[in-house]
Amino acid sequence: MHLGVSESMRECEYSQISTRSSTPMETPYKKKTSKKRKWEIFPGRNKFYCGGRIMMAKQTGVFYLTLVLILVTCGLFFTFDCPFLALQLTPVIPVIGGVLFLFVLGTLLRTSFSDPGVLPRATPDEAADLERQIDVANGSTGYRPPPRTKEVVINGQTVKLKYCFTCKIFRPPRASHCSLCDNCVDRFDHHCPWVGNCVGKRNYRFFYMFILSLSFLTIFIFAFVITHIILRSHRNGFLNALKDSPASVLEVVVCFFSVWSIVGLSGFHTYLISSNQTTNEDIKGSWSSKRGKDNYNPYSHGNIFTNCCAALCGPLPPSLIDRRGFVQSDTPQLAPPTNGITMYGATQSQQSHMVSDTETERLPPHPSSSSRAASQ
Amino acid sequence: MQGLVPTATDGNMATEFHNLQELRHSASLANKVFIQRDYTEGTTCKFQTKFPSELESRIERTLFEDTVKTLNNYYAEAEKIGGQSYLEGCLACATAYLIFLCMETRYEKVLKKIAKYIQEQNEKIYAPRGLLITDPIERGMRVIEISIYEDRGSSGSSSGSSSVSGSTAR
Repeated sequence: MHLGVSESMRECEYSQISTRSSTPMETPYKKKTSKKRKWEIFPGRNKFYCGGRIMMAKQTGVFYLTLVLILVTCGLFFTFDCPFLALQLTPVIPVIGGVLFLFVLGTLLRTSFSDPGVLPRATPDEAADLERQIDVANGSTGYRPPPRTKEVVINGQTVKLKYCFTCKIFRPPRASHCSLCDNCVDRFDHHCPWVGNCVGKRNYRFFYMFILSLSFLTIFIFAFVITHIILRSHRNGFLNALKDSPASVLEVVVCFFSVWSIVGLSGFHTYLISSNQTTNEDIKGSWSSKRGKDNYNPYSHGNIFTNCCAALCGPLPPSLIDRRGFVQSDTPQLAPPTNGITMYGATQSQQSHMVSDTETERLPPHPSSSSRAASQ
Repeated sequence: MQGLVPTATDGNMATEFHNLQELRHSASLANKVFIQRDYTEGTTCKFQTKFPSELESRIERTLFEDTVKTLNNYYAEAEKIGGQSYLEGCLACATAYLIFLCMETRYEKVLKKIAKYIQEQNEKIYAPRGLLITDPIERGMRVIEISIYEDRGSSGSSSGSSSVSGSTAR
């Protein structure tokens, strides 16, 4: 039968859709020939380790320096100063030092290794849909189109959303594109070379905890190394004390120079958290009253306490880039116009029926069901 | 293609058209509609409830709006800043965030509920109308992607009539 033949022919061309996975048209017929995980084809400039579980920026040299500085200083402290202090003062000192050290290390690794909130790039269909909307909005393409922006009113403030040419998306508010990592990051704060990663929505609290605990650790070590030297000099004199414990000198120097920058940074980020701003926004002065009388931060919750709680104890959003997932080589896409299917909604009425080459011989160009029925 | 004259094979197709199985064998992707995010209340996850014109002939406005509103409610629940989230945050901080290795965050639990809800909506409401919703998490929480399928099979079923009438409208 005419219809039966056409059906069986068409069946071979179609891909199946399954509701189990939310990506439609997963074909079980086609075997997954490549068992690649998504991190292997990730378009940004990131490095992945442990099968995609660890994610860092491309330049990690300074991160290793941070790690070495912390490990060496703490190592020297526990080896040379703690025995003396534990005996002379109290054994609680190395215990507190140990706890602080582990917390610092934990938060550092968490900041460096986690996904800061990278926004995945647009799928081809999404990008095409956006392009179409922008073309419609822009009108004629006879001249060079203006930069693509979209304005949105958030809690009374007008915010401009910019179009990212690399990721082909309109960046959500507070997102920014990191040129070093080549990714758009949600609630982008800054790219920190010391932790070897961007600081964004998902790892900001870890970063803050890291610099806060590192401030305490630095001050702690500095204070107790000085105490150690002083106690020794009471016994043997200052120069002898230095000779007996040379490591202490190195520790004091490292801590002295670190304490200014780290404590300063902690103070700065405490201010940012309490006013719910990102470093990016603060530097640009986005919500500064200098810009205008009515300029205020639309994201702030109103009081310092709520802002702090929201930033540090709020819910942790999930990673949007499924690093460990498998690449689905057969995700369906709307075929480009040359194949027949077009995506232009305005002219959909006519063109949606010019679906494929094999179809055109059976299907008339006009959606006339009666002629189809008649041809049977 | 939109055979209004039901034939013998059409009858089989008609009864099974509700089923996603049939949608697999007979439909092809015609268009995709993207429901964008609504940023008017800040950066919390919320989607626009504006009814897209491409779906006018395919699904009732109220059903669509219900789906989007329910999804918005789920996301609001996930991102709610309150007692439970503070507890989770403080506990996590106290354990140096190691607790995340063994415990699922509230957000992840709600995401699972969302995935289940979308699957249920697809099976009950959208697939019989030749539509399929993609979970926003697979599109970076930027859009709700609704795929519109053009029914190539000559299904003249009454419940498939929404797709038939949709096709004739084009």
